[in-house]
Amino acid sequence: MGHQIRKFIRKNPLAVVGIVIWIFFILCAVFAPVLAPYDPVAQDLSVRYQAPSAAHLFGTDSFGRDVLSRVIYGARISIPSGLLVVLLACVFGSLYGAIAGYFGKVVDEILMRFADMIMSFPAILLAMALAAALGTSVMNAILAIAVVAWPKYARMMRSLVLTVREAEYVTSERAIGQKSWVILIRTIIPNCMSSLIVLASTDVGTAILTFAGLSFLGLGVSPPTPEWGYMVSDGVTILQYWWISFFPGAAIFLVSIGANFIGDAVRDVLDPRMKTEA
Amino acid sequence: MSDPEIVAAYEAKWGLDQPLPVQYINYMKNLFQGDLGTSIRTKQPVLSDLAQYIPATFEMATFATLISIILGLLFGLLSAARHNKLPDHVLRVISLMGISIPAFWLSILCLYFFYLRLGIVPGSGRVSAEWLGASFPTGFLIFDAITYGEPDLLRDALSHLILPSFVLAASTMGILTRTVRSSMLEAMQQDYVRTARAKGLSEGRVLRHHVLKNGLIPSVTMFGLSYGSLLGGTVLVETIFSYPGIGLYAYKAASTLDFPAIMGTTLFIAAVNVLMNFFVDIIYALIDPRIRY
Repeated sequence: MGHQIRKFIRKNPLAVVGIVIWIFFILCAVFAPVLAPYDPVAQDLSVRYQAPSAAHLFGTDSFGRDVLSRVIYGARISIPSGLLVVLLACVFGSLYGAIAGYFGKVVDEILMRFADMIMSFPAILLAMALAAALGTSVMNAILAIAVVAWPKYARMMRSLVLTVREAEYVTSERAIGQKSWVILIRTIIPNCMSSLIVLASTDVGTAILTFAGLSFLGLGVSPPTPEWGYMVSDGVTILQYWWISFFPGAAIFLVSIGANFIGDAVRDVLDPRMKTEA
Repeated sequence: MSDPEIVAAYEAKWGLDQPLPVQYINYMKNLFQGDLGTSIRTKQPVLSDLAQYIPATFEMATFATLISIILGLLFGLLSAARHNKLPDHVLRVISLMGISIPAFWLSILCLYFFYLRLGIVPGSGRVSAEWLGASFPTGFLIFDAITYGEPDLLRDALSHLILPSFVLAASTMGILTRTVRSSMLEAMQQDYVRTARAKGLSEGRVLRHHVLKNGLIPSVTMFGLSYGSLLGGTVLVETIFSYPGIGLYAYKAASTLDFPAIMGTTLFIAAVNVLMNFFVDIIYALIDPRIRY
């Protein structure tokens, strides 16, 4: 076991960096009330726009709120949101694609043309339109991003199912009279899991970026909720107070690149055909 | 806003008193006649709004595409040629950074350093104040500046374009680097490459004639697809740089719930996306003789 871990670390140093980043931010999210030196929403106008110092490591924003505390609390929104987007898109998309692939013919045509239609829209723009229409809230932003993210899962699942469907173990189940639904859920989908996990793990970074982008545009959370994307937008017009935008943006960047480091390693391990280390 | 008479008049004016299917059919009818409706915010037809902002976005997206293709090709080829050596590892991290960096954050960092600290680029907008009143024949500033011989305008427009284009190009550059790298590596492992080496061709000739040509085919798809995602990315970048293009237009539409404008912009970019896919398919057939439609 120890030997295997050492081998993994030597072969995937970036993945280890990614895992460390994620553990760090998950701990921030869980222990935010303990770790944050100040109340993330408490305003103190007497200390607005203070540069990073010993009292405020990441400085203060235009309402005198402590940026460090807000970044720590921000992990509680960004990380679960990113994961939830991927979970929703993955579950819905893969079921959708599995149904299209398994039943084929007309069902397949209708379902996949609809998925193609969604895919032809630029993700951030469609998500923005949806979030605007649904109204500003974290859940609506998550839904909006999931709505634009699911078709790629559907596409992948469909093509996997088309291959697995012809496998002999599926034919034998059909021969003993098993119901289609049972075959689909108990046999076919589990056999497609590893490719699905690869796609999902590379998608987490994108989901977090898109969520932060929507919040940045004012379509994610409502003030004064500490959310990273929204915090970056606080500093846009006051560039000289760089710390207001810099630290929350750095948090988004770190979590996203950490997710991509991990995603690359997951792909190397689970999907030898797409090896980045070929 | 709660006066029922005003509400009823407003609903009648925008056709909102009709059942939803009827509204949809009306929208589609107008759409096929080139009518995207009237923007609630600007009170102008959405189509003429779009026409006004398209040149600016087209310039930025094209510039960004060029930057990302040049860098993506360069980095990808270098990475593949120095496979598993230091340049490959460094470029792998750089390409992942490009993909992972939030465009809006990168915009702010760039503005802080290059505009506020160093003062070598203008802060925002498309042209400096002295050109603001001027009217431009085609709206494509670079094109107008060159055809009408205005070097000052050309310099001014380019200096406004360079920063947002680079920011916009970052993520596409990362994706292209990875695509080029992996498709080149795959091409290098093919039997025909081994044959070419076996018959004694020089390494340079093998790479240029056998690997490069075959390896670039998958990348062409990415070049085409990236244009659409670049257009989507303009929403964030144009908003920060106050660059008057369709991204900024879409943002303003979304934040004021100007639905005709939101739908018009989204449809327009989706149409460009579909068109780019179509071109990719044609180019595919041209560069790969095995593909025939």
